[in-house]
Amino acid sequence: MRHYQAVIIGGGSAGLSAAVTLKENGIEDIVVLEKDCEPGGILEQCIHNGFGLQTFKEQLSGPAYAERYVKMAEKLNVDIRLNTMVTELHPDKTVRYISSAEGDVTISADAIILAVGCYERARGAINIMGTRPAGIYTAGQAQRYLNIEGYMVGKKVFILGSGDIGLIMARRMTLEGAKVYGVAEIMPYSNGLPRNIRQCLEDFNIPLYLSHTVTRTFGKDRLEKIELMQVDEKMNPIPGTEQYFDVDTLLLSVGLIPENHLAEEAGIRMDPAIRGPKVDDSYMTETEGIFACGNGLHVHDLVDFVSLQAKRAAEGAARYLKEKKDRGTPLAVKPGENVSYMVPSCVHPEDANANVEFFFRVRKPMDKAVVEIRSGETLLRTMNRKKLMPSEMERVILTAKEIAALKEDVTISMREVTEE
Amino acid sequence: MTEKELICVNCPMGCRLTVTMEGKEVLSVKGNTCPRGEAYARQECVQPMRILTSTVRINNGTHRVLPVITEKEIPLELMEQAMAEVREITVDAPVEVDTVILENIAGTGVNLIASRSMKHA
Repeated sequence: MRHYQAVIIGGGSAGLSAAVTLKENGIEDIVVLEKDCEPGGILEQCIHNGFGLQTFKEQLSGPAYAERYVKMAEKLNVDIRLNTMVTELHPDKTVRYISSAEGDVTISADAIILAVGCYERARGAINIMGTRPAGIYTAGQAQRYLNIEGYMVGKKVFILGSGDIGLIMARRMTLEGAKVYGVAEIMPYSNGLPRNIRQCLEDFNIPLYLSHTVTRTFGKDRLEKIELMQVDEKMNPIPGTEQYFDVDTLLLSVGLIPENHLAEEAGIRMDPAIRGPKVDDSYMTETEGIFACGNGLHVHDLVDFVSLQAKRAAEGAARYLKEKKDRGTPLAVKPGENVSYMVPSCVHPEDANANVEFFFRVRKPMDKAVVEIRSGETLLRTMNRKKLMPSEMERVILTAKEIAALKEDVTISMREVTEE
Repeated sequence: MTEKELICVNCPMGCRLTVTMEGKEVLSVKGNTCPRGEAYARQECVQPMRILTSTVRINNGTHRVLPVITEKEIPLELMEQAMAEVREITVDAPVEVDTVILENIAGTGVNLIASRSMKHA
């Protein structure tokens, strides 16, 4: 069995960044396993702009952003296996994969980095009544058809869910000549980035129906009509608010979920709040030597942060490979008031070697809030934040010095400030 | 003096901008975290400009379409005209990233370029 220093599962934005970082840190014997026919992952179908302002100080399209990393990886001679599907991951760090070039292969590694990305919630998960005709797609599926296969999925479109992919597809389909009748969001606020509401909907006069949902689909072979209803505070449809739209296409943009089948089968402990593995400050899961990062860990809204997190995970893996030392007793870092999750979920004060970025989301939109970082009952630090939305990931940094001084578990909360 | 709230569309940070205006003149821009934000706000109040991204057909490429992007922002009101021009284009593989695919799109003086490289299939 071929043994590697490190195996990276996934050759998208996280996997490429992790591979480049491992090489830069002197970890030479690595392989990237990618299921698609080219590296880049989901970026290849995200042809819109807005990628890379943090990383490259430039506004790039998704494919252009990916190409920068692919070129870095090529320069460092990263071994990327394409058309290669990982079918099994085991806690002893063996990986089984299948490809037409190599067949059925099992390899082992000292470290594994999961950079597996996420998948889209589909219609089954949200239980829409009615018939099951053609013409109902997840937004990302329609995006792949249009931007990679060159195939328009429909002409008269309605979009359910105001996630970013849905908003971006509303603009894209409009530019390609389709009529987009509207976007419905069951919550009273949008789940997409404010910039996308502006440039994808408002720019093209596409209505956004907040507190609305699609309640029924009609059509035998092809979708013919949808029913839209307003919902109450408990998200139950309000009788009498039915509206009908004659559309041939319904796109679903109702959430993304980390692709965690491999991790679950390997028995890696998951964090239900993110639906990805629980990781420490080096991005190691609770299974020794297995690391996780990117959308396969928790869903991001900026690729720049995916690349950054993957870099941190690879630095963690490189350090683990070189030192293999006991990092001491971890202390938990927990989400507090108005915070829905916290990544990473623990730190090692006895081995505080670097500053640690914490990624989290707020539970509800807030105009003003104060970030409160507590260790036990002691308030360590506060920061003021404005205009917070669950759709925008928040970040705070704890310095190595702060972490080294910790004696008790940490809680990061967002106290809402309401003006009189 | 009037105040206008805008959301910067330059990147997914989506900074909230407050523009103070006197008639049609922009007096100040607040809330931006980079110089692009200020430039965006000043332009948005006069003539909204946007980057256009789309795809063009490609012969013998690894995929059937090639993603393209305008080198700079073009006026939002010219999007439809620009798209009409984009739809007419077919290119041949191989193509290198940043290759000019169409010069002077919709008479804007801005070029449409390839937003990735694509090899011959």
